[in-house]
Amino acid sequence: MGAEVITEKGKAKTNLDVFSGVLQELAEHDRNIVVVTSDSRGSGKLGPFGQKFPGQHIEVGIAEQNLVGVAAGLASCGKKVFAVSPACFLTARALEQIKNDVAYSNNSVKVIGISAGVSYGALGSTHHSLHDYAALRAINNIIVVAPADNFETEQAIKLAAQTNQPVYLRFGKRVMQPLKEINDDVFEFGKGRVITKGNDVAIIAAGETVYPAVQAANKLKEQGVSATVISMHTVKPLDTALLNIVAKKCKAILTVEEHSVYGGLGEACASYLLQNRIFKPFKIMGIPDEYTVTGSQQEIFDHYGLSEKGIAEQATLLL
Amino acid sequence: MTTKQLQKKSIQYRKNILKYIFHANAGHTGGSLSCIDILNVLYNHVLNVSPENFTSPDRDRYIQSKGHSVEALFVVLADKGFFPESDLSTLCKYRSHYIGHPTRKVKGVEQNTGALGHGLPLSVGTALAAKMDKKDFRVFTLLGDGELPEGSNWEAALTASHYKLDNLCAIIDHNKLQITGTTAEVCNTNPIDKKFENFGWAVRHVDGHDLDALKKTFAEMPFEKGKPSLIIAHTVKGKGVSYMENVIKWHHGVPSEKQLEEAMSELNNVMVTIPDDF
Ligand SMILES: [Mg+2]
Repeated sequence: MGAEVITEKGKAKTNLDVFSGVLQELAEHDRNIVVVTSDSRGSGKLGPFGQKFPGQHIEVGIAEQNLVGVAAGLASCGKKVFAVSPACFLTARALEQIKNDVAYSNNSVKVIGISAGVSYGALGSTHHSLHDYAALRAINNIIVVAPADNFETEQAIKLAAQTNQPVYLRFGKRVMQPLKEINDDVFEFGKGRVITKGNDVAIIAAGETVYPAVQAANKLKEQGVSATVISMHTVKPLDTALLNIVAKKCKAILTVEEHSVYGGLGEACASYLLQNRIFKPFKIMGIPDEYTVTGSQQEIFDHYGLSEKGIAEQATLLL
Repeated sequence: MTTKQLQKKSIQYRKNILKYIFHANAGHTGGSLSCIDILNVLYNHVLNVSPENFTSPDRDRYIQSKGHSVEALFVVLADKGFFPESDLSTLCKYRSHYIGHPTRKVKGVEQNTGALGHGLPLSVGTALAAKMDKKDFRVFTLLGDGELPEGSNWEAALTASHYKLDNLCAIIDHNKLQITGTTAEVCNTNPIDKKFENFGWAVRHVDGHDLDALKKTFAEMPFEKGKPSLIIAHTVKGKGVSYMENVIKWHHGVPSEKQLEEAMSELNNVMVTIPDDF
């Protein structure tokens, strides 16, 4: 048995719903907000946006390279452009456009990877994006963000709209429960959020794996193990100051991500720790380098231990 | 500017291209010489862009998709006063902003290009922004004929006609050569005109070295209301230097000192045949 299936409670929504709602809210007050889609308005829940603001929506058809190039051209004229497409296509097929037209040319496009990670679990590797952190971390001048809950998503979209720097935001399509009862912290790119505090193990997670990490921390608590959980929503630039503090405080460090174990959050943390002589028991949890199993996102998480049970077990093994 | 003045500029630009490529010991010689007359007419006759209005949101935009012919762009921008021509003596040198492709670190450059198949999507986005804001500026992009097989061009060609971007003009520097051989041998894209027409564009052919014809063609843009315009400019790779013309190795060949002298003297000989206007 893996983590409980997260179901809708109270006001919790999918991050995708938050995205489409916030975007409409922003567009009400700002005619420069523009959405570009590649036949992805349905999967991006942007149908209502297009109906309400037809003059601020560009549809390019199924053509992701063009989507990003067009978005960059619009951004060069002062538009606040959200280029929206499934993360798997956007960050692979259009990677060169992200690298050159967005990042290198410094056109402030907000590259929005929807249905990221293994959100399209049963559709197979064509529809998985387990490479995007790795690919984009190696590209200069783009912020890489995977918000965990609705609060982080809302804040990230609002910040992305304001910033002049290129941003990549990725999220999935499951209902995300709030990580905190009260969001009393300031959300900033490059500043991780401390969700729980403990001295035994630091669990550093991003995106939709933060919630099972928090569940694991609760389970560990019952076993007398105290865990710090960080929502490291910004994979690049990494909040190394926070990483330094928790790594020194805790006995072991575990990273968790919906991404290949290669080149993502875990390796970013490992690189920092090793080069700063912080030697602690350390483990990267993610999707291993193999032919990825298929099923629902939750089933894939369970299969690879990205679950309350799996994360708690790995934490115990490290200690 | 009169045609004679433009003719003189074309020769001076060719000399400068060769001078700075020789100095840098690097560059895309053949393609810069094939597109220089187009750039001459654009910057001296067509585009509403200058060092003074370069930050104005209303300026015309020129995006060079065939970024490797950057030497042509740099010598024209220097002549237009975007930066001192002497800066080009740093072309391709350590830490120079004047690298082998256009970058926005150089004043006058709109987008960082160099990877092929990027200029048209960028230009489509720029032309869309003009339409959204009801601005009158126009967007011009120069493509090489060798980059036409890049699929992104055709994706963008569809969007341009779908959105009726008659404020957009793409020019193909059709010199019929690319690094490996003739474009027909490498990947035959003919007939280019029919393909673009079928993609919803209005297409014109022009002699890409005939300055009057170029002026006239640009003046007729948009060729059809509600359609993006395509100019297929028939050019000669290496144009103006007889031993380079239509010779594939001059794609990125650098002349020796002796070859440079020969080329300069050939260009000087043409220069003296153009009478002054007054
Ligand atoms: Mg060619």
